[in-house]
Amino acid sequence: MSAAATSVVEIPQAWTLPYRGKAAMACLIIAESAIFSIFVVAYLFYLGKSITGPTPSEVLETPIFFTICLLSSSLTVHFAGRSLERNNRPAFLALWSLTIILGGLFLFGTGQEWHRLIYEHGLTISTNLFGTTYYSLVGLHAFHVTAGLIMLTIVLIFGLAGRVDKDQFRRVDVLALYWHFVDAVWVVVFTVVYIVGR
Amino acid sequence: MFAFSWVLLPPRALAKHSHSPVTSIFSPESTPAKSILDLSTFVLAITGIIFFVVVTLLGYSILKFRATSANADREPAQVYGSNQIELAWTIIPVLIVVVLFLATARVIHAIQDAPEPPGAVEVTAIGHQYWWEFRYPKLGIVTANELHIPVSDASHPTPTFLQLLSADTDHSFWVPELAGKTDLVPNHPNRMWMDPHRTGIFLGQCAQYCGTQHAKMLLRVSVDSPQDFAAWVRSQQQVAVQDSSVMAGRQVFEHTACINCHTVSGTPADGRFGPDLTHLMGRTTIAAGAAENTPENLRRWIQNPDAIKPGSLMPAMKLSDADLDAVVKYMETLH
Amino acid sequence: MSSNAITIPALQVQEKPWVDTLHEWVTTVDHKRLGILYIVYALVFLLLGGIEALIIRIQLMHSHNNFVSPQVFNRMFTMHGTTMIFFVAMPILFGFANYLVPLMIGARDMAFPRLNAFSFWLSAFGGILLYFSFLGGSGLYGAGNAPDVGWWSYAPLTARAFSPGHSSDYWTLALLVSGFGSIGTAINIIATILCLRCPGMKLDRMPLLAWLNLVMAGMVLIAITPLSAAQIMLLIDRYLGGHFFDVQAGGSAVLWMHFFWIFGHPEVYVLIIPCFAFMSEIIPVFSRKPIFGYPVMVAATVCIGFVSLSVWAHHMFTVGMNSYANSFFAITTMAVGIPTGIKIFNWIGTMWGGRIQFKTPMLFSIGFLFQFLIAGLTGIMMAAAPLDWQLSLSYFVVAHFHYVIVGGILFALFAAFYYWYPKMTGRMLSERLGKVHFWLFLIGFHLTFDVMHVPGLLGMPRRIYTYEPGRGWDTLNLIVSIGAFIQAIAILVFVWNLIISYFKGAKAGNDPWDAWTLEWSTSSPPPAYNFATVPVVASRRPLWDLKHPEDPDSLYE
Repeated sequence: MSAAATSVVEIPQAWTLPYRGKAAMACLIIAESAIFSIFVVAYLFYLGKSITGPTPSEVLETPIFFTICLLSSSLTVHFAGRSLERNNRPAFLALWSLTIILGGLFLFGTGQEWHRLIYEHGLTISTNLFGTTYYSLVGLHAFHVTAGLIMLTIVLIFGLAGRVDKDQFRRVDVLALYWHFVDAVWVVVFTVVYIVGR
Repeated sequence: MFAFSWVLLPPRALAKHSHSPVTSIFSPESTPAKSILDLSTFVLAITGIIFFVVVTLLGYSILKFRATSANADREPAQVYGSNQIELAWTIIPVLIVVVLFLATARVIHAIQDAPEPPGAVEVTAIGHQYWWEFRYPKLGIVTANELHIPVSDASHPTPTFLQLLSADTDHSFWVPELAGKTDLVPNHPNRMWMDPHRTGIFLGQCAQYCGTQHAKMLLRVSVDSPQDFAAWVRSQQQVAVQDSSVMAGRQVFEHTACINCHTVSGTPADGRFGPDLTHLMGRTTIAAGAAENTPENLRRWIQNPDAIKPGSLMPAMKLSDADLDAVVKYMETLH
Repeated sequence: MSSNAITIPALQVQEKPWVDTLHEWVTTVDHKRLGILYIVYALVFLLLGGIEALIIRIQLMHSHNNFVSPQVFNRMFTMHGTTMIFFVAMPILFGFANYLVPLMIGARDMAFPRLNAFSFWLSAFGGILLYFSFLGGSGLYGAGNAPDVGWWSYAPLTARAFSPGHSSDYWTLALLVSGFGSIGTAINIIATILCLRCPGMKLDRMPLLAWLNLVMAGMVLIAITPLSAAQIMLLIDRYLGGHFFDVQAGGSAVLWMHFFWIFGHPEVYVLIIPCFAFMSEIIPVFSRKPIFGYPVMVAATVCIGFVSLSVWAHHMFTVGMNSYANSFFAITTMAVGIPTGIKIFNWIGTMWGGRIQFKTPMLFSIGFLFQFLIAGLTGIMMAAAPLDWQLSLSYFVVAHFHYVIVGGILFALFAAFYYWYPKMTGRMLSERLGKVHFWLFLIGFHLTFDVMHVPGLLGMPRRIYTYEPGRGWDTLNLIVSIGAFIQAIAILVFVWNLIISYFKGAKAGNDPWDAWTLEWSTSSPPPAYNFATVPVVASRRPLWDLKHPEDPDSLYE
């Protein structure tokens, strides 16, 4: 049997602690940031050190359009969350679907770029240090985009089935937080690979 | 802690050219090792005082504040802390760290950033699994495992500066009485120096795990008088001794795969994967110190290297007994 | 109720089939059961890692021994280190954290119970994967079989050229998988502490154990992940033709070292900080005083957490960094000793003026204080980089870190076992066996690890399967090995105590130690829901307030 832990103690007026989903996602983001930082450090360290093979300035083309797609998807996912909070379910579903489409476009763009690099320029992960660090860093990001898209799609499916309503906006916001992180990482990767690295 | 004290006693007086195989960091014979010893004495003194003070406080509290039958019935005064005490035992350690750091930084710079004087001997050490290649670029010498360097006189210093490279994995050059260790990392050339103050043999070995036979990648540094060193250099600069009586063995050597890995200067053998054998008989040991350099050991080694150093990268050549004897006889002529 | 009461037949209590019990344990999401699973798992691997250590010590008993071949020896020291760090220390500390944190903050469970279970099973699988390597097949020389590249797996030794076969891959994958489990647990600990504290438990009223596990979990998030990243890079090198650490293509072996030690140094603080937590809970109770300087203890720990992220390259002093880099890491390493030392002073300050009871948990705590002090001081010696140029990669370092891990962490863990076993099982561990365990282990520990410093000072490098006679290392190594066997016997006494006390130990009751934190307010073992009513607290020692209503802590805080 458990005894009462305290006798006469005044219960605090408002005892609200952070939402655990947000706290957990913040922790995941911190951990993932550390992983990405290591790949970024490797990328920067090896700039200019490839012994052979194509260099960044020779083969890279800045993916402006697809970057705009991805970064706008942060806006759409944010507004989707706000729509859900106001119980505007059609707007939520529309904006959420748009997020997925924009994310999918970004992935398509990455695939297109890789196709060009491999078949036109002969740059693969094993070609030289640039190839190794480029495909690893961009690939790690694309992997996280893919995982995010899968999660977003699952929520979309439940949303279309009518199971997502305004009481779940906090959970939806946790996933949106992950998506914002993926976009923030892209800002860093984009800067390092396409601006600093050339 | 008491176990340390007997190590600090200096080794017994040694005859010239003899060596004590006990390689204590507390018996330095070269400036870098001596600087390190001086710093460590200072550090040991400070840490010793800290140890003594804290252990006394701990011991006193155990004895003075133990529960006895007399005080068993009531709780002691519930003290939560004291800002002044916390400040005191923060500031004092900070000061200690500042002092320790200044002493340390000075020695770091003195050793690492020492300029190379004109009289220095230059050696390139290349680490291999599991042997040491030593090249003297300015003298045109290539040898292995046993390093000869001149003694350095303070009035006219002739230190040895080593460039450290690696052909495969990471290694580390450690001869405790002459210097702290420095690693040999592939694609990352390093530099170290030593200026031995007396002649003699100094032992060491590889200190960075490099594979199966890391344990038997031994070092033997022979610090010679200037005359002895000059004589050694001259003999090393000669091509291999040509002795017609061992022609049979030389044929075996040159027609088997031996020449793919080994160099014997003045002959077709110019492999670089294994040690240079031109002056093999000048060495006290074989297989990087794994065995004494005797005909019997040489024969055992060539017959089956794994018998002496299992996991070494030299394959057993599966020679017949007759070929084996012949090759050993040939090796025995390579002075 | 009507007066025609219905007679209720006597309930028939049936023995639960063992399969059901097994099923409950395998599918549990209860933080207490998962905590025990972690701890038992770690104890099994402690025995395996200990056997590996004994094999090492037998081989090194005298020069030119051939108890095992060099290939087997190299696997032994690799597996010993990897096992002890990743499959003993990490899980056992996560186990205690899992068990204690929710109880001590007045919560009913961790924030994410299913994630908790998933993280445990992920880490458990990692250990099994690592040990499967022994069976993984011999294949080519050097191929297959257990990893033999040292627990740091330095490049380029781990490249396909130098490590053919799959032994390195077992190391990489096992640690990658268990690393993700660790990250999951860390996320859980942080979310639990931030979001599930009982009413009134502001952050500055949390038990120090909760604070220190919060700092530890935060460090896990940013320390384990660099290793995961480096391991992914290693796999890319080994299987996709990448060149991260391929020196032939311009890659850098030193980069692996940086990435590894950016993980490796904070990792050892991840291991010691929960042990600081144990000391901060146990020493006050057996000194009958509150912890001296609670706010300073929190600040010092947070400080250690941050500074420890800046010291990693003191493991690389011999690698050939320039003098400015070496100086930087020397001073940061010395600096991290300051908050650490402050904690030692505060523990002594807690004992000072107290009424010390020398029960087994306190004996191990005093051992911890003495040994952690020495370990810290030998660490300061090696922070002086030039001294490290002699001592690094030698048995002096091996002695130093075993002093921390065995003399510090393991002693603190033993104290924690004797202190919280009653809470977890409802039975007291035998004090008599506990004292035998303590003294035997103390003697064995000092015989081994005091003496072990000396061969290092005499030039004996680490990771060597044999050594030459005449170097002065023979007798010293023999003494070290004898001490190892004495420690092994002491561990067997401890395991026996754990087992026999479960059946025959004295009943513990709620609060056998007359302690002050919330876990002692509930039954031993606690019910599945921990507390009948969620506690409300007004001070750092809610049970002290209850027991001393005339003099509660809440008046002074």
